[in-house]
Amino acid sequence: MAADAIDAAARISPLDRLDTRTRVVAAVLLVLALVSLRSWALLGAALIVGLLLTKLAGISTRQTIRRLMHVEGFLLILFVALPLLTRLPPFVEIGPLSLSLPGLERAVTLVLRISSAALVVLPLISGLTPIRLGHALGRLGLPARLVQVFLFAIRYIELLRAEARRLHDAMRLRGFVPGTNLHTMRSYGHFIGQLLVRAVERAERVNEAMRCRGFAGRFPLVTLERFGIVDIGAAGLACLLVGVALLMDRF
Amino acid sequence: MAHIPDGVLSLPVLAVGTLAGAGGLWLGVRKLGDRDIPQTALLAAVFFIASSLAFPLGPTSVHLLLGGLIGLMLGWKAFPAIFVGLLLQALLFGFGGLTVLGVDLVNMALPGVLLAMAVRPFIKAGAPVRSASLAGLSAALSVIVTAGLVGVEIALSEPAFAPAVSVMAMAYLPLAIIEALVTAFVTLYLLKVKPEMIGASTFIGTVP
Repeated sequence: MAADAIDAAARISPLDRLDTRTRVVAAVLLVLALVSLRSWALLGAALIVGLLLTKLAGISTRQTIRRLMHVEGFLLILFVALPLLTRLPPFVEIGPLSLSLPGLERAVTLVLRISSAALVVLPLISGLTPIRLGHALGRLGLPARLVQVFLFAIRYIELLRAEARRLHDAMRLRGFVPGTNLHTMRSYGHFIGQLLVRAVERAERVNEAMRCRGFAGRFPLVTLERFGIVDIGAAGLACLLVGVALLMDRF
Repeated sequence: MAHIPDGVLSLPVLAVGTLAGAGGLWLGVRKLGDRDIPQTALLAAVFFIASSLAFPLGPTSVHLLLGGLIGLMLGWKAFPAIFVGLLLQALLFGFGGLTVLGVDLVNMALPGVLLAMAVRPFIKAGAPVRSASLAGLSAALSVIVTAGLVGVEIALSEPAFAPAVSVMAMAYLPLAIIEALVTAFVTLYLLKVKPEMIGASTFIGTVP
């Protein structure tokens, strides 16, 4: 499978020695702790932990910056409006605009929170291949059918993307240029419709092939990963960090 | 824009959203028979690909959400399908957070599923124009409800954001119109080519 080929070619980082389940659970735990932190110093420390993890996973600076830009982009509209629109007491008045100090404070907290969360998730989760994540989710107790749908989708996205590319090439060869008009909407409608038709027809064929082979709702999830001593260490460290941070935030 | 990053929502909002998402997922997985697995996966793949289509809008472009169409085609199975899509988007592109997956899932899936329930009985291959308009209407409404849910969640987590949220919600209006038209055209196409995919009495994949 294509996704596995990527797996084999990828560089092995120290984080890859962990059981994928440890990575997923640790990431969720750390981010949940971040959401409840209020102190800037602790959030700053979390930012540094995130950067260390990113370095440890060997993720390029460019990728890190791109990820950060993406999450901050979400805040842009809120941000421009926040200090201007918030009804908290203003501290600077510039003509019709009034900047509010509490609004700015919240804004800084939020940026720190979002950036550190992104920096934690990027090395722990985004470095995973979809198949590894799917298997880990299955072993964490997600319903087998759901995991099956996930693993199938990974496989078929590649195939359907090739199909989509062919359809799109055909449209372009006929001189299709997307624009903000009804013609584009109709063309995209037919494009998506045709993609859906092909997907359903393919699903029927896949279904028949699977039933021929006696599929009964699940495939075995084979993995060499074991919850070992490294995982106990990493999990302990994550719990310690979360515990200390939460305690320090209270006092 | 429907993807909320990690760290924005407060813990109570996260807890409620995650519980609701898990509930919907449970309902959807219960409806998922052995034979539905490939079909749901393939449709999830199509929606994943289609939602990365950039639709030009003046100088910028928007991405389709397709919540209404997914709800119409899959019913409660939209929850597993969208969950898979969100997980892959988070993994491959870094769109949306990890802890907010449940919240994102509810935002994206619930409006489409509920609206589809209301609209579905009136979608018939015999009346394509009416069917397409209804499908388009439910698609537009589900975009607006999704935007509303995102707004309410952010406002509840960070009350200072409340005024900004309404500004943000306005940004969804053009998308709602585009979604309505694209969904209407998809419906027209499917009713012509393969009506059992959208106009039959049962959701696709449900084998008696």
